Order: sequence, then C-alpha cells, then structure tokens
Amino acid sequence: MELEAVKLLAGAIALLPLIGVGIGLGLIFASYNEAVGRNPNAAELLDKKYFLAFALTEALAIFALLISLYLVFVG
Amino acid sequence: MANPIHQFEIQPLIHIPVGNLDLSYTNSSLWMTIAVVLSTVMLSVAMRRRALVPNRMQAFAEMIYEFVAGMIRENIGSKGRQYFPLIFTLFVVVLLGNMLGLVPYSFTYTSHIIVTAALAFMIFLLVVMIGVFKHGFHFFSLFLPPGVPWWLMPLIVPIEIMSFMIRPVTLSVRLFANMIAGHIMLKVFAGFSAGMVAMGAVGIAAGIMPMLFNSVLIGFEFLIAFLQAYVFTILSCIYLKDTVEIGH
Repeated sequence: MELEAVKLLAGAIALLPLIGVGIGLGLIFASYNEAVGRNPNAAELLDKKYFLAFALTEALAIFALLISLYLVFVG
Repeated sequence: MANPIHQFEIQPLIHIPVGNLDLSYTNSSLWMTIAVVLSTVMLSVAMRRRALVPNRMQAFAEMIYEFVAGMIRENIGSKGRQYFPLIFTLFVVVLLGNMLGLVPYSFTYTSHIIVTAALAFMIFLLVVMIGVFKHGFHFFSLFLPPGVPWWLMPLIVPIEIMSFMIRPVTLSVRLFANMIAGHIMLKVFAGFSAGMVAMGAVGIAAGIMPMLFNSVLIGFEFLIAFLQAYVFTILSCIYLKDTVEIGH
C-alpha cells in the first residue's frame, strides 16, 4: 500500500475508541436522567458527579482524536 | 484556508537571550500576565469594601470562593483547609487560561503541554513529598488497597504503582488535548465559512450554515473550558486526599 493510504487508514483506526466512548456517554446520560426522573431531589447531588463523569469520558475521545490527527498530519 | 494550528504558535514579543537560553517574553507569557493581573485586580476590587450584603462583584468573588471551598470540603474533608490557597490559585489560573483563550485573537496558554505538565507535576511532587514527610514509610501502603488477599498482591501492587505514576501525565494531557481539539474544531468550521464565501454569491448564502454551527460550538467550548478547569482541580483534590488519609 502507499504511504499516504496507510496514514489515512491508521488515522481511521485510531478513532475506533469512539465506539466505546459513545456507549459510555450514552450510559452516563441514560442513568443520570433515570436517576433524576425517579428522584428529582437528587439532581443537585448528582449534577457534579455527572459533569465529572462526562468530562472524564469525553477526554478519552479527545485523546483518540489527537492521536488520529497526529498520525495523519504529523507522523 | 488559514492553518488551524497557527493559533498555537509561540511568538516572542521581547527578545531576552541569556547565554544559550532563550528567555524571551512571548505571547504565552503576555496572556499569563493578563490572567494574573485580571484575577488579582478583580478579586481585590471585589473584596475592598466588605459588606454584609454583598454587591455584584463581591457576590461573584464569594461564589468562586464557595465553589472551591465546597470542592475541598467534599473531596478532602476538613483537613483539606490548609490546601485552600493552592487549590484556589490552581483553579483560577486554569479557568482564566481556558476562558481567555476563547477571546478572538488571543492565545490559550493551557493549550501547551509544557504549561499543563508543569502544573500537574507540581501537584504530583507535592503529593509525594507531603506524603513521605508526614507518614514516612507508611505512605507506601497507598499502593496496597486494604482487604486484598495476599495471593493477589503481586498483581495489584504493580497496577497501583502504575496508576499512581501515570496520574500527572493523564492530568496534563487531558487539559491540553481538550484545549487543542476545541480550538482546532472552531478554526476548521470558520475555515469552511471562509472557503464558501470565496465561491461567490451562492457560497455566501451557504457559508452562513457553518457560521451558525460555530456559534453553537463556541457555547460548547465555554462549557468545556469551565468543565476542564473543574476536572483539573477536583482531580488535584482527590490526589491530595492521599496525603491526609492513609490506612483508612
């Protein structure tokens, strides 16, 4: 294969973790909404934990994006 | 289309060569200075007239104080009060770095890994030093979670050591990668608009779409800027908890 094609392919493979991040974010949103729906008083308590979990999960997607950009444009 | 990476370039404003070192005053230093001056002036002006019923500025300063104090109370406990100045400064520095970066034509100093890594390694070394001075050899019981059966120790201890050592790396890369990715995304969508406008009358009409999307994105970036500052400080709090609570 040509070098350019391999680079693009590597960049695409590096984005595969987005599958897991998508599932993870879906679970976070789903369980947060379910918990608040069952007990609206808990919303204030859950907000902070929910944002922390969201940011930590979302950061993994950013890692993958960064590695993909590095493979395509720098490497 | 302008290069989306160009915005992260460090440009020296005042050249200060010292021997083989380049100690120039750069645009990064300029925005750090702005952040320091802004936070110092704003907080001292807000707290100059201490009223029982706060005015708008004082209420804002108290809001930040309460936010950080609550974070320490929840994550470290009452013993964490001694770390308040450190955590508060850390939060304000990272928050202002992220927020000032969203001002057009500004520079995001938290988008350079050397800045975030310096902050993260400072926290890491602080945790190790305070831990060893306070608890001595007992500090290393951190790597052995209580209640682990003896035959699992050869597996658990290396994993715990690895996850302890990797902390400053993930802490710094998380912040820097978020800032880089967010700003590149904004620039790329702005580039779509600029490219379409160059195509003539139809392009100008279609070029509004990426611009509208960009205004949604910048709102999202403000959320991320705040959230990443929050995550950076709360993880520092969680790491510092190891120095006050050992063997519980």
